Parts: sequence; structure tokens; C-alpha cells
Amino acid sequence: MISADIQTVLPEIVLALFAMAALLGVVYGGKDRLAGRLTSLTGLVLALIALWIAYTGEGTRTAFGGSFNDDGFARFAKVTVLLSAAAVLLMSRDYMQRRGLLRFEYPVLVALSVVGMMVMVSAGDLMVLYMGLELQSLALYVIAALRRDSAKSTEAGLKYFVLGALSSGLLLYGASLTYGFAGTTLFSGIIEAASDDISLGLLFGLVFLISGVAFKVSAAPFHMWTPDVYEGSPTPVTAFFATAPKVAAMALFARIIHDAFGGIVGEWQQIIAFLSVLSMFLGAVAAIGQTNIKRLMAYSSIAHMGFALMGLAAGSVLGVQAMLIYMAIYVTMNIGTFAFILSMEKDGRPVVEISALNMYSKREPLRALAMLVLLFSLAGVPPMVGFFGKFYVLRAAYDAGLAWLAVAGVIASVIGAYYYLRIVFVMYFGKESEALDGAMPVFQWLMLMGSAAAMVVGVVNLFGIEPLAAAAAATLVN
Amino acid sequence: MVEFFTNTNLGIVLLILGQCLLVLLPLLVALAFLMYADRKIWAAVQMRRGPNVVGVFGLLQSFADFIKYIVKEIVVPAGADRFVFFLAPMISFVLAVIAWAVIPFNDGWVISDINVAILYVFAISSLEVYGVIMGGWASNSKYPFLGSLRSAAQMISYEVSIGLIIIGVIISTGSMNFGDIVRAQDGNYGLFNWYWLPHFPMMFLFFISALAETNRPPFDLPEAESELVAGYQVEYSSTPFLLFMIGELTAVVLMCALVSLLFLGGWLSPIPGLPDGILWMVGKMAFCFFIFAMIKAITPRYRYDQLMRLGWKVFLPMSLGWVVIVAFLAKFEVLGGFWARWAIGG
Amino acid sequence: MTVAAFVFYVFAVTVLLGGLMTVVSRNPVHSVLWLILTFIASAGLFVLLGAEFVAMLLMIVYVGAVAVLFLFVVMMLDIDFAQLRAEMSKYLPLALLIGVIILMELAMAFGVWDFSDGFATRIAAPTGEAQNTAALGLLIYDQYIMLFQLAGLILLVAMIGAIVLTLRHRKDVKRQNPVAQMHRDPAKAMELKDVKPGQGL
Repeated sequence: MISADIQTVLPEIVLALFAMAALLGVVYGGKDRLAGRLTSLTGLVLALIALWIAYTGEGTRTAFGGSFNDDGFARFAKVTVLLSAAAVLLMSRDYMQRRGLLRFEYPVLVALSVVGMMVMVSAGDLMVLYMGLELQSLALYVIAALRRDSAKSTEAGLKYFVLGALSSGLLLYGASLTYGFAGTTLFSGIIEAASDDISLGLLFGLVFLISGVAFKVSAAPFHMWTPDVYEGSPTPVTAFFATAPKVAAMALFARIIHDAFGGIVGEWQQIIAFLSVLSMFLGAVAAIGQTNIKRLMAYSSIAHMGFALMGLAAGSVLGVQAMLIYMAIYVTMNIGTFAFILSMEKDGRPVVEISALNMYSKREPLRALAMLVLLFSLAGVPPMVGFFGKFYVLRAAYDAGLAWLAVAGVIASVIGAYYYLRIVFVMYFGKESEALDGAMPVFQWLMLMGSAAAMVVGVVNLFGIEPLAAAAAATLVN
Repeated sequence: MVEFFTNTNLGIVLLILGQCLLVLLPLLVALAFLMYADRKIWAAVQMRRGPNVVGVFGLLQSFADFIKYIVKEIVVPAGADRFVFFLAPMISFVLAVIAWAVIPFNDGWVISDINVAILYVFAISSLEVYGVIMGGWASNSKYPFLGSLRSAAQMISYEVSIGLIIIGVIISTGSMNFGDIVRAQDGNYGLFNWYWLPHFPMMFLFFISALAETNRPPFDLPEAESELVAGYQVEYSSTPFLLFMIGELTAVVLMCALVSLLFLGGWLSPIPGLPDGILWMVGKMAFCFFIFAMIKAITPRYRYDQLMRLGWKVFLPMSLGWVVIVAFLAKFEVLGGFWARWAIGG
Repeated sequence: MTVAAFVFYVFAVTVLLGGLMTVVSRNPVHSVLWLILTFIASAGLFVLLGAEFVAMLLMIVYVGAVAVLFLFVVMMLDIDFAQLRAEMSKYLPLALLIGVIILMELAMAFGVWDFSDGFATRIAAPTGEAQNTAALGLLIYDQYIMLFQLAGLILLVAMIGAIVLTLRHRKDVKRQNPVAQMHRDPAKAMELKDVKPGQGL
């Protein structure tokens, strides 16, 4: 029995062992001198594991008495998480090295937090869920404060830690209430217990659980930490925050509400719809006044989480499928955008002011064009791929009888389009000002161009992720 | 009559109280003579005479000291936190005494035969640091505070390796009960069945850690006279000081008992054929105490950074490694179960 | 009242009192000491439940190690707690309001608490004849081995984090290298010179 279990969690084990071996090897082999190479190697390993999972995984398996699931849904989320983490690591090497930020612990911590994310999306038990979540968050708290002589970075780390601890508390409290009602922490047992008539206690547990997870996906009204943490952390870390953990937390969200509370859709649907509406509008409105592009991306991610939650609020196979597609697209767009932000510098110092982009198109027409495509896609302007993401969630919400939510989503995305287009305006029609430095490291350039191209080319068939997401969603919802 | 003591609540309480007194009184009397022995050994090593005035050969010296301590005036420093100031020595004393509740002196001669006895002792000895740290802080004075910080860091550091060494013994026995641990050391070869042989290097590590844990020389940094006057005890006088001293000495004797039980076969006789019994246990404890006293007399004091280095960089890896090794040796029953004595003990 | 019930009330009251005093104590060191009392009393509650192993671990880990470090930090802190308190009293009404609301909600939830159907079958502990330390071992190293290992990973991350965020290699500090010291030999370390009277070197 144990060997079958271990086979099921083999990717996680391999990654964890790699992280530990890398740590040992580098500590004894040269410390920070090897940090650059280790970063690239870790990125490569993450990508390889993603391919491994994508090509060899099939069927649905459970391990450790049902507390760990390896199904299509988990694999879809894992591949997305792994690939985005790999992309972020590869493009962060150059940036961090030039600023003396690259410590060898950085790739190790990223790898360990990815292990946590993989466990999260596979969780079949409240305890496993919590362990995965903590492993992930703890590593993130540390890398948020990586630039420790900067007050802002330290503040980001501390703020993230304190609020993260609070949200973990909420989540644990919800978990204990749920356990008190169901008598088990296994999802399979909870769904059996929470089938039709539920007690007020379980409802409290559900609300606390959702609040805890909503914090991790930075959905309003649990978003307060996001802008400060995004702004204070080193930019590659921000790029990481905006991608992999969001996918993992969103997948975990879907996992909880469908695997554990799938029998009481009516109870959580309104909560999630509420979170969704609030996030979309808050993200759209609060971003308008921002002058710092990292803060702007923070609000943008809040709004995007609102849309992804809309898919979950539908509570159907179509909804989960829409959410998965949305997250995959969101991650791709964000990697491209952050590749661009990483390359923004003047006299060797990073710049994050939007105004620095004045008339950028004149000097770097190709990059400006790529950015334009990405921003249009982020705003959901057809015919970019970003539009299809929004289209899927809106359709899922409409099909589930949440027409008002879909209408709200359309309005929010129109409001949100303003600030994306403002950047485009600045780049193409702004005032003449001092130029940014021209050089862009090759990986960042590749990521930027690659994701921009994907936003255009993907229109054809979304690279075939649609049936994959559908199959993944079908394994989760039944 | 027997019914009264085993069946009624009052009887059970009285019985337990009686057992406690039976352990406590001989222990405290023994302490007085151990203190005397400590000083005599120390003196002998330095070719002095040691205490020789009160009573025959100075045998009553400790009792004279005792009376002196309790009739002196209690001085409380200005600005001291009175409550904590008096709490500290009491904690130190009480903790040192209650650990004896689970120490067997012979097969079944134990106040409370619980199945996590060794953890209980470990827990109690890990609490002993509070007496030190509270005493140092409550005195509201620099030297005591510095002394207590040092001492707390030292005690915690060595607790880690003590814990790991204990785990090795637990693995070998398959039980955390002292009775089981001692019975697992029983065999046909007398003292060669005891755990000092299979856990050979660990016995010394344990002994040295015990020296550090109880703040005995050469690790008596907390009260290093030359630098810190007397560490956390500077501001204490009279009975509170006496309580500290008794607590410290009781902890030392407790460590002697632990070494005897864990590695030297407790009440078992070293020579096959001779009867087992309490005398062996007492003899082993006395032997351990003699070693403690000798070490005090013949070793120079460690420097603080050397002490910390020894604890974290030498003892911790060694004892951790030993846990792994002994787990393998026990699992695969190497040497016919030399390290795996579950059948005999647990 | 049986002895067990009496002991339970003693420990329970101590836990509550300790918790309360932890919060209201004026002196932060006293707060930590009260917290320790709370830990010890809850260890007592565990013993009453028959979970003696957990009780001992609580003592060893929380009281013997975590709380000591806590005490260290609090004793060394140079914070004006009076000022903090003044700051806090500004928010006290709001905090009280939130507290009261949550308390009322919880009272509501627990007031109408009911267990799911089949609660008893799901909650049944999967233990056999083994005594409870052994049973715990079987559970942790068998059924929950993954959780156990994950907990280990979490601790590893915490350790790496602590080192990353605090370790600074100071160049201006002389460090001792015991191995190098032991391998010094007098021939290399010193030189004997015969100094003639009236002359320097």
C-alpha cells in the first residue's frame, strides 16, 4: 500500500528532495557564487517535472487513505503552477544578480513553496490542505522580505506574514468547526456529512474556510495586503506572487467547495458571488489612481481573481473549466507583463513609475507593441486571448443562472479597461521624457514576446487547453 | 487495614503522601552528606582538609550551614519584582524534587509508575531553566541577568542532545518506562548487558550534557565567579539561596540516578549470580556523584563560546547521528538484537 | 464530585485564569509567565484525557523551549509598553465590539450545534490494543506519514527563512577556528631569538 502511495506523490517527493539536495550542495559547494546557476537549474527542474506530470499522469488515484488526490484537475493546476514558477525563476536570475539580491536560498525557497502548492491542489483532507498552504505561505513570507536592507521589502514581508497568520487562523478555525460537525477531516467524509441539511455550525465553518482561502487568492475584502506586498517585494518575487500561488490557491478553493462542500452549492454560491463582485469592482476602481506599475498590477490581480471566482460561483463543471482556463491565461499574461516590468530601468536602477514609459513606443516599437497586446489582453479587449478567458467565466455564470453577476462582470471589465489603456496611451501618445535603458536580458525578452504572441495566436484554439480544462473540471465536479 | 489504603480516597492520598515522604526524607538527608562529600573530595584533590570542625570529621557541617542559612536575614534588592523573586527559588526547588516521583529505586519501588516516565523527567528538567531565568530577571540587577541569560541558553542547548540520547535508549527498549528500561538491561552477562556498552559513546555524551544541564563545573558559566560574581544567585541570601542550592544539588543527584537507570542497569547487579536490589542503585548513584565531584575538582572552566560550540556543533550532530544509527541497528537486529530489546523490556 | 472532575475544574480554571492574566498583565514578562502557567495547566488537562504523551510533549516543547525563547525576547525588548497600551486603548471600543459580535455568533452556532448523521462512525479512532504512545506512533508514521513529512518541510522552510533574514557575515569579527588552533605547532608559531645585552633586534 505504501509503495503505491509514494508513487502517487512521487513528483512532490522528487521536487522536495531536489530542493534539499540543492540546499546542501550549494551550502557546501560555494554558497552565493552558485546562486545564479542554481536558479536556472531549479527553473529547469520545475519545467521538467511539469512535463513529466503532463505526459505520464493519467486516471484518478488517491493516496494515504484518500487524503491526497492525483486527478486531472490536480494535474492541470500543477502543470500551470510549475511552468509559471519555472518561467519566473528563469527570468528573475538576471535581475536579481545585477542588484546583488540573488541568494542561493531564493530558488530553494521557491521550489519548496511549489511543493506546498502541489500538495494544496491535491489535498483531499483538511489537514493536508493546511500543511500545503503553510508550506507555501511560509516560503513566500520569507522571499517577500528577501531584500532585507530595504524598509519596504521588510514591511512587505512582515505585513504579509502577520495578515497571512491571521488568515491561517481563520482557516484553521473553519476547519475545526467543520471537523466538529462532520467528525472527519477527509473531504470524502465531509461531503457525505454535508449533503443536504446542514447546521449553522457547519455554515460558520464554511464561511471561515472560505475567508481564509479568499485571503490567499487576495479576493476583496481580504485583499488589503496585496498592493503593499506587491510594491515592497523585489520585482521577480512580485511576479512570482502574481502567478503560481494564485493558481494554487484558486485550485484549492475549487477543491474545497466542490470536493468537500459539493453537496451544498446553494450555501456557498452567494458568498463566492459576493467576493467576486467586490473584487472585480475594487480592482477596477482602485487601480485608476495608481502611478506605480507594481501597485497597479496588484489591483489588476485582485480584479482578475474576481473574474476567476465568478467561474467558481457558477458551481458547475463549466464554471470550474472556465476558472481553469482563466487562470492559465491570467498567468501567461502576467508573466509577459512582469517580464516587461523587470526590464524597466533607468541608469541601472529599477523604475516602477508609469510616467517613465512616456513615448516608449518611439524608442522600442516592438516591445511597446508586445506590451500593448498584453495590456489589451489583460483588459479583455477582443480579439486577444484575455477576452476569451472573460467570455468563458461570463458564460458559465450566465448558464448557472447568475445573469446579474455576468452583467456586473462586464461593467467592471469596462471600468478596468481604462487603466490598462492609460498605460497604452502613455506609451504611444505621452509627453516626451527621459528614456529608459534599452537593454533587455534575453529570457525576459523571450517571455515578453512569447506571451504577447500567445495572446494573439492563442485565439485559434487556445493551444488546446480547452478540452484539457474540461476534462480536469469533470474529474472535480460530479 | 490494607483495604483502607487501597480503596478509600483518603487512604490512597495518605499512602501516596507516605511514599513521597519515604523518598523525600532520605533524599534530603543524603543531600546533606553529598554536599559534605563534594567538599571533602574537592579538598582532597587539592590536598586540603576540607570541612572538619562541626561534628566528627566535620560530618555535620552541612547541618550547620543549613541552620545558618535559615536564620539569616532575607535581603530583597530595591526594584526587584518581589513575587517573581521569591517564586524563582521555590520553582527551582520544587521542580528538582517532583522529578523523583517516577524514579524507581528497585523493581517496583516507585511512587508513580507511569508509562512516559522518562519524558516526564525530561520535561521537568527542561522546566528547571525557569528558576534560573526568573531569578536573574527578578533581581533587577545586571550580573544576575547576564548570568541567567547565559545559563538559560546553556541549559536549552544541552537539553537538545540529552533528549536525542534518551531517544536512542527508548528505541532500544521500546518503552519509556524506567522499569522497562532497566529490565531490558537484564541478562546473563551482568554489567555487559547494560546499555553503557551498546550505547557506548552516548553514555559519555549524556554525562557531559548532564554536567552542562546542571551548571556543574566545567560548565558552571552561569555563576562564573570571576566574571559574573555568582550569576543569577548574586542577590539571593538566606533561605531563598538555600532553596536554589538544594534545587541545584538535587538536580545533580537526579542526573546521577538517570545515568544509573539508563546506562548502568539501575538496581541490577553487575555480577551474574549476586542478588539485584536497591543497594546497587544507591551505589551506582554514589559512584556517579563521585565522578561529578572529581570533575569539579580537576577540570578548568570552559569559555562560553566553546561551550556553545561543543553543544551545537559537536554533541547535537553526534547524538542525532546516533539516533539514526541505533534505529538501523535495532530494526535489523544487528548482533542478535544487541540494540533491540523489546522482547525483554517493553 | 469525583476526584477526576475536581482536578479537571482546577486545571480548567487555571487555564482560563492564566489566559486572562496573559492578556491583562501590565508587565510583559508576567504575561509570559502566566502563559506558561496556562501551558502547564493544559498539559494537566491532557493527562486527564489519557493523552500523557501529548501532555509531556507540550511541557517539553512549549514550556521548556518555545516559552523560554519567548521570555528571552520579551526580557530583552526595549519597547515602551505604556505607549503601546495608550495606542491600543484608542481602538479598544472597536475591538470590543468585534469581540462581542464574534462571541455572540459563536454562542449562536454552538447553541444550535448538531452533529451530522453518521458522525459517530466517522469519528471512531482507529486504534487497536496498543497503548497510547505506541498508537500515536502507528498513526503518525503510517497513516499520516505524509503530514508528518510535510510538517518537517515546513520547519525546514522556517529554519532557512530565519537564516536568510538574519544571518549577516561580519567581516570585522575575529572567529576562532579550533582545528587550526590545535594544529599549530610551536616551531611555526614562535621563534627564539638570542638578544644581546645593550642591543635591540
